[in-house]
Amino acid sequence: MIPRRRMVAPARHDQLARLASFAAAAAAEVGFDDLQINRIELAVDEACSNIIDHAYDGQSGEIAIEISGERNHHVLIIIIDQGKPFDPDSVQEYVPTASLDDAKVGGLGLHLMRQTMDQVCFEFGVPGVGNRLTMQKFVRGR
Amino acid sequence: MEISVKPLKQVDIVKVSGRIDSATAPEFDNALKGLLDRGRRKIVIDCEGLEYVSSAGLRAMLAALKAAKSNGGNVVLAQANERVRDTLALVGFQTLFLQYTDIVDAVDSF
Repeated sequence: MIPRRRMVAPARHDQLARLASFAAAAAAEVGFDDLQINRIELAVDEACSNIIDHAYDGQSGEIAIEISGERNHHVLIIIIDQGKPFDPDSVQEYVPTASLDDAKVGGLGLHLMRQTMDQVCFEFGVPGVGNRLTMQKFVRGR
Repeated sequence: MEISVKPLKQVDIVKVSGRIDSATAPEFDNALKGLLDRGRRKIVIDCEGLEYVSSAGLRAMLAALKAAKSNGGNVVLAQANERVRDTLALVGFQTLFLQYTDIVDAVDSF
């Protein structure tokens, strides 16, 4: 196991690099390689960007991130906010395309989270918690 | 993120380094839009020092590509590291953007 760690940051874009690097340090301890660490940074960045832009929608708030894991096996990342819930199924699915005319950017963040992590689970309005996003990635996963 | 624009005769090289995320993407987006608004439409994004790009940066790249191509130009990428190339591939952008390992080749592509 790696030591469980927690960080709370103001829900602002200027905190994204801090949040991503907090996750990157834990991922390195688990034993992910550089490309996979980049993918974990992407998932955390996209998740927190969505929270800032949509859940808090310009209002002030906090983002809590908790990370645990097992060396050479997996990392578990839980991100909690107290903003507005949203329905992930309502977000237009991003479909990669070879045609520039068809290329759209809706759902790009959610697509990246699902492409980079093995499990992505949204829960909204959890009593006593708030909105909780749980993401897991295995060292031998995607 | 650090950004600088080097204008050549026909081509502009936009050199970007550091991290492009939602905090820094607006500045990157403005640099690209500034060129396009002035009628410049042949752009090389020099990614040599680029460590990281999130969807916010990818959106800016795609918007610039669409604007340049609709005007008969193009936006190409040069010297992207493995992390950035992996991110581009995750969203299928490797089929939309020409990528060069050498900056001279990127400029000569126009």
